[in-house]
Amino acid sequence: MQAKLSVVALSVVAAFALSACGQKEEPKPAAAPAAASAGKLEVVVKLGHVAPMTGPQAHLGKDNENGARLAIEELNAQGVEIGGAKVKFELLAEDDAADPKQGTVVAQKLVDAKVNGVIGHLNSGTTIPASKLYADAGIPQISGSATNPKYTQQGFKTAFRVMANDVQQGKVLGEFAAQQGIKTVAVVDDRTAYGQGLADEFRKAAEASGIKVVANEYTTDKATDFKAILTKIKSTKAELVFYGGMDAQGGPMAKQMKELGIKAKFLGGDGVCTPEFMKLGGEAAEGHYCSLPGMPLEKLAKGPEFRDKFTKKFNAEIQLYAPYVYDAVMVMADSMKRADSVDPAKFLPVIGQAKYDGVTALIEFDPQGDLKGGAISIYQYKGGKLAYVETLGGTTADSVKADVKEAVAEVKEAAKAVAGAATAAGTEAVKAGAEAVKSGAEAVKEAADAAKAAVEKK
Amino acid sequence: MDIFLQQIVNGLVQGSIYALVALGYTMVYGIMGLINFAHGEVVMIGTLVTITVAGSLIKAGMPVALAALAGLSVSLLLCMALGWGLERIAYRPLRNAPRLTPLITAIGMSIVLQNLAMMIWGRNYLTFPALLPKVNFELAGAHFTFIQVVIVLLSGATMAGLLGLIYRTKLGMAMRATAQNPAVASLMGVNINRVIAAAFVIGSALGALAGVMVGTYYEIAHYQMGFMLGLKAFTAAVLGGIGNLAGAMLGGVLLGIIEALGAGYIGDLTGGFLGSHYQDIFAFIVLIVVLMFKPSGLFGEKTGDRA
Amino acid sequence: MNKWLSPRSAFGITLIVVALLGLPFVAAMGGQAWVRILDFAILYVFLALGLNIVVGFAGLLDLGYIAFYAVGAYAWALLASPHFGLHLPIWVILPIGAGLACIAGVLLGSPTLKLRGDYLAIVTLGFGEIVRIFMNNLNAPVNITNGPQGITLIDPVAFGGFKFSGTTQVFGYALTGPMKYYYLLVALAILVIIINLRLQHSRIGRAWQAIREDEIAAKAVGINTRNIKLLAFAMGASFGGIAGGVFAAMQGFVSPESFSLMESIMILAMVVLGGMGHIPGVILGAVLLSILPEALRYGVGPAQMALFGKQLVDPESLRMLVFGLALVLVMRFKPAGLWPSPERKRELGEKRMEVAK
Repeated sequence: MQAKLSVVALSVVAAFALSACGQKEEPKPAAAPAAASAGKLEVVVKLGHVAPMTGPQAHLGKDNENGARLAIEELNAQGVEIGGAKVKFELLAEDDAADPKQGTVVAQKLVDAKVNGVIGHLNSGTTIPASKLYADAGIPQISGSATNPKYTQQGFKTAFRVMANDVQQGKVLGEFAAQQGIKTVAVVDDRTAYGQGLADEFRKAAEASGIKVVANEYTTDKATDFKAILTKIKSTKAELVFYGGMDAQGGPMAKQMKELGIKAKFLGGDGVCTPEFMKLGGEAAEGHYCSLPGMPLEKLAKGPEFRDKFTKKFNAEIQLYAPYVYDAVMVMADSMKRADSVDPAKFLPVIGQAKYDGVTALIEFDPQGDLKGGAISIYQYKGGKLAYVETLGGTTADSVKADVKEAVAEVKEAAKAVAGAATAAGTEAVKAGAEAVKSGAEAVKEAADAAKAAVEKK
Repeated sequence: MDIFLQQIVNGLVQGSIYALVALGYTMVYGIMGLINFAHGEVVMIGTLVTITVAGSLIKAGMPVALAALAGLSVSLLLCMALGWGLERIAYRPLRNAPRLTPLITAIGMSIVLQNLAMMIWGRNYLTFPALLPKVNFELAGAHFTFIQVVIVLLSGATMAGLLGLIYRTKLGMAMRATAQNPAVASLMGVNINRVIAAAFVIGSALGALAGVMVGTYYEIAHYQMGFMLGLKAFTAAVLGGIGNLAGAMLGGVLLGIIEALGAGYIGDLTGGFLGSHYQDIFAFIVLIVVLMFKPSGLFGEKTGDRA
Repeated sequence: MNKWLSPRSAFGITLIVVALLGLPFVAAMGGQAWVRILDFAILYVFLALGLNIVVGFAGLLDLGYIAFYAVGAYAWALLASPHFGLHLPIWVILPIGAGLACIAGVLLGSPTLKLRGDYLAIVTLGFGEIVRIFMNNLNAPVNITNGPQGITLIDPVAFGGFKFSGTTQVFGYALTGPMKYYYLLVALAILVIIINLRLQHSRIGRAWQAIREDEIAAKAVGINTRNIKLLAFAMGASFGGIAGGVFAAMQGFVSPESFSLMESIMILAMVVLGGMGHIPGVILGAVLLSILPEALRYGVGPAQMALFGKQLVDPESLRMLVFGLALVLVMRFKPAGLWPSPERKRELGEKRMEVAK
């Protein structure tokens, strides 16, 4: 009975607090800009953060929020001054439970609270409907994890992301598979916006690189048993299993592949590139591949430092997107500094011109609001850790590749010419011609190596 | 052929898990006519408690076998207490309420248990400690593990044990009497409160057992794992004829095999139009077809007007 | 019920009308988010009243009601978005949505006519899942629903040039998008309430009631139980379809995630919690259950601060916990719902031991 009473008491108090809350809501936002114009006073800049705190992706949501919190605390510790006033950043953390409907309700709540900017949401499924509300209200939004291309394709000036999107990632993964000499692949996705989008892009890229897709199988983001689809995949003798989905399914899937005696390699996107995947996959994760947008933290100048800060502060491992969310906050703050204003109308136009050296990358946006030259890194699970393999994609890498292709074409042409000459001038000329071709080939090789080095440097 | 055999093995194991959970549903339904929606959550709590107990004991250096036994017993006891508590606090006061009332209570309890579990065990997926030795077998090209064998045997044994309980013991007789007519049963000297409580306690013990098995098999647990599992198991129970123990068992195994074969072959048969993305609804389609011809499930007795 | 319509309560009606008209302005003081929450509350009133026809009036336990909502929402999304390049006007789409949902209702109803009680519940549940899974997967081989990606940039409700999204000035008042939807939804909800009230006391309404109480007896007195049951499914489904259309227009985005089983269960909970078969009760249930979780979103955090001086548990987790407890407690102390119909209350006293059977 005691317990019940306290619950009743709690709800009564909640009701009171609620009614009080409704009135408190208004004056604050009005105060912030007023203070800004007054100068000297401390200005409060409110940043909204949205991610699921309940539901199956709650662990990722908390990770995101921690990333944002870390950034905010650092900014406050630095004592940023904008427009001549000292700025205090405040985080309004909200839960959308990965549900699009709640996503819009929460977005409206943030719009009402007149936040200066929004970080998030985590899921593309909630980010897309919410982005319309932010766009209507002119509030800049930077997501550190919504990778669905649609988010920035809607034509909203307020939508940005600091992570490579699914198109970029799927493409790189397909190219990587081809590069590994894979001939046949089975594609599995979890029928979520993220998983399906990634799997589709991978499928396209793989087929374009001459890989045969021998099976298309599906599961859900709540499943635990994959044996039926894996058995079917086994019958197709695919050399690679690609999974578009999250770690909570990917880990057990790798395990069940091993139990069924499937020798194929496993490849997945950022959703499975987590400590969680290895925890859940155990030994079965060994030797498989996954990709993450950007470069590994260890390879980045500020990466290890960030990891230390994060683990020290929250006593938790970085799950996935925390560094990106951290960067998203920093880019937002940086844009305010550059515009010398915390007014969204003033600093929104300069977000697009950002050139911010963040933890995850040198952040620049293309006109759509997507991260420019989003590089993708491939990792392999080795000894319970993610071992860095290589970085692919990105604008510089692309241009280098184009150079190589041109060189190859030139050499080929030369070879053709030589062959033509050879038929006319007999064997000796052929020999000379062959040597010329050889040296040409070497030049191509060198160019390719240089390209690789350039990419790695980047 | 080896692929077909493998699919049957997959389905059989998955189905045995459904059956184990379905037995708990059917046990309660058979006696009270109540869908205990929170049963899936009992399974979830059974799994998570075992992780905590067995996991920490193994870490403390206890032999795995002993730790497993300790984990299983603690989780059995806790879930039995939980089942008893559920009945006593949430359902007993509603015995004379309109039929849908306890259903909403069950949904409420399900939400409460899920969120409590989230507060206790966190939002992350947890790994289940390896409690049974990992031995792989291969038979005619089909791979299976020791754990899978245990699951299939255990669910069969559980059903046999329950049938024995219902038809061979005094408590079982009291349960059958209560199921037929609680008013008359109580006139005959059956303490129906105790009988119903017993049904909940036994059902929840089955849930804990199922939870431990699910955990051992998939080696993964999460505070939301109970919902889908409960739903599938409930479907299985209805398919077999809810209230009928053998029906629950058969319904479970049937459901598992339908899902495995559906995911494995329907895609090829329909040229990729209906593939494994429809895995979750093959079961429902079969269910609807079965119920169209046998409105009370495969083995269900003709029910009265409960609507 | 008739009291509502008698001249004596004209004052009451005026009061309600004024309250309904003024409500969004009051809510707007707490922020537009509250107006949006109100919008969803009325949308749920709409849905709950639709489900009430099936569950409350006809006594058919339907756990897949969200499927009709989904059909309506997708009908709107497909016919008024760049996905197919169609931008049909509202008076074409809403009837199509309602009609499609109605057909879906009959499709669900006809094979399940023989089923009773819990068997019907699980089949309807299955039906709901089937619809959702098809919407999630019908992006291949032919892209109809765009699969899990959902459909974006859906047209808002518009009458001629008057759009319901964005802010417009009316008589010097700034009417925001959510406010305009509020008035549209209230108008639709009142229409549905009137239809419901008229139905309840019509021949059809009494036939439903007869089936609910005793199907065999109902058949014996010459009620065509098959047609009447199908009618209940069809009518309930049509309301679901209309609600779905408005939902799609209001959100501007639909994806299959919005039509999960949990939504069906929530709507059922609204009907039962409020008082099955009793229209004011159902409205109360819908308003309470849709506002409570949102209110807790605002209330739980500050309440904890006030009580303990710090955040003991995440407000987000506590929110759902309190919600679940509220369901249990209400059912424990008000088993027939918060506001049951007078007849229902009476029956409760008589039905001893019946249910335990």
